[in-house]
Amino acid sequence: MLNLIWLILLASGIIVAALNGNIEIVTEAALGAAKGAVEICFDLIGIMALWLGIMKIAEQGGLVRSIARLLKPLMVKLFPSVPPDHSAMGAIILNLSANMLGLGNAATPFGMKAMQELQELNVGSEEASEAMCTFLALNTSCITLIPATIIGVRLSFESSNPTEIVGPCIFATGIAMIIAISLDYWFRSHSRWGRKR
Amino acid sequence: MLLYMLTLISKWAIPLLLLVVPIYGYIKKVPIYEAFVEGAEEGFTTAVKIIPFLVGMLVAISVFRASGAMEYLTQILNPLTSRIGAPSEVLPLAIMRPLSGSGVLGLSTELMRIYGPDSFIGRLSSVMQGTTDTTFFVLTVYFGAVGIKKYRYSIVTGLTADITGFIASLYICNLLFR
Repeated sequence: MLNLIWLILLASGIIVAALNGNIEIVTEAALGAAKGAVEICFDLIGIMALWLGIMKIAEQGGLVRSIARLLKPLMVKLFPSVPPDHSAMGAIILNLSANMLGLGNAATPFGMKAMQELQELNVGSEEASEAMCTFLALNTSCITLIPATIIGVRLSFESSNPTEIVGPCIFATGIAMIIAISLDYWFRSHSRWGRKR
Repeated sequence: MLLYMLTLISKWAIPLLLLVVPIYGYIKKVPIYEAFVEGAEEGFTTAVKIIPFLVGMLVAISVFRASGAMEYLTQILNPLTSRIGAPSEVLPLAIMRPLSGSGVLGLSTELMRIYGPDSFIGRLSSVMQGTTDTTFFVLTVYFGAVGIKKYRYSIVTGLTADITGFIASLYICNLLFR
């Protein structure tokens, strides 16, 4: 699936550029993006270090575990393959909370931490585990209660009511989230992709 | 009032976290500075690990975008999406949504500049930007961090959520803002 999407993105781009007689743009875009990707990762290093450091304090103090215990009934239903007291649960909750609050830069480190914990359960496989798929289904469709960036853009263009979009955003993401969780559940129990080969 | 509260929360959330967690750790007798450094160490390795994954994904997306292939896709999809009440102006935004977060921000800012934030297109593009996350970026970065190469059905789930988010945004905006 991923291989096909990757090929389509590249091939359709190159073919269209060639047909338009504008093939130089491919080189420019490819090299620029490769450089940009590394820059993104370098920007991430500091932010990751900061939040993983803070998280370690919370972890050693037992804060992460208490939060996880609070939401245990829900988490056990969503992640049946993860032991209820596993440290992945706490990281998942932190990631989703950061997402909801619109703290994008804190959400990413927490999310990676969660993935590392889940990968331990996945015994180093190169194939995504079911819990990982559920986590990412939640993550990509997660509700943002404070979409600060959009509100900022709307403010800068002097909107008469910059926050009127918050309710509709929550509605639309809520629907997307319900569909994502249901589909993930369906895949887990029915699809051939859902089983370990 | 709502705006005031939201800006207050987003202004205070990070400083508060940076204050509350160390205080909590100190009370719990955690060697907070040592714990911080120990945790922070992992930041470097994780960030470096995702580089190959991100290079692969961003190069493909960038070629697709820059070549104009996206505009062709927009033209192909337009007859279909105009039937469900989507103005053709927001279609590139819908296609960009799962591919690139900065791309979405650029497109929606442009739409708000042209049509105004309080126009139907301005409101719809705001809602679309605030709905669902950049699926490809999230999958690439998160799976990359742990070296997962087979994503299984998670792409289908993520993209279905994006499409659902688009349709739900259209529905709610047509209902409230038309």
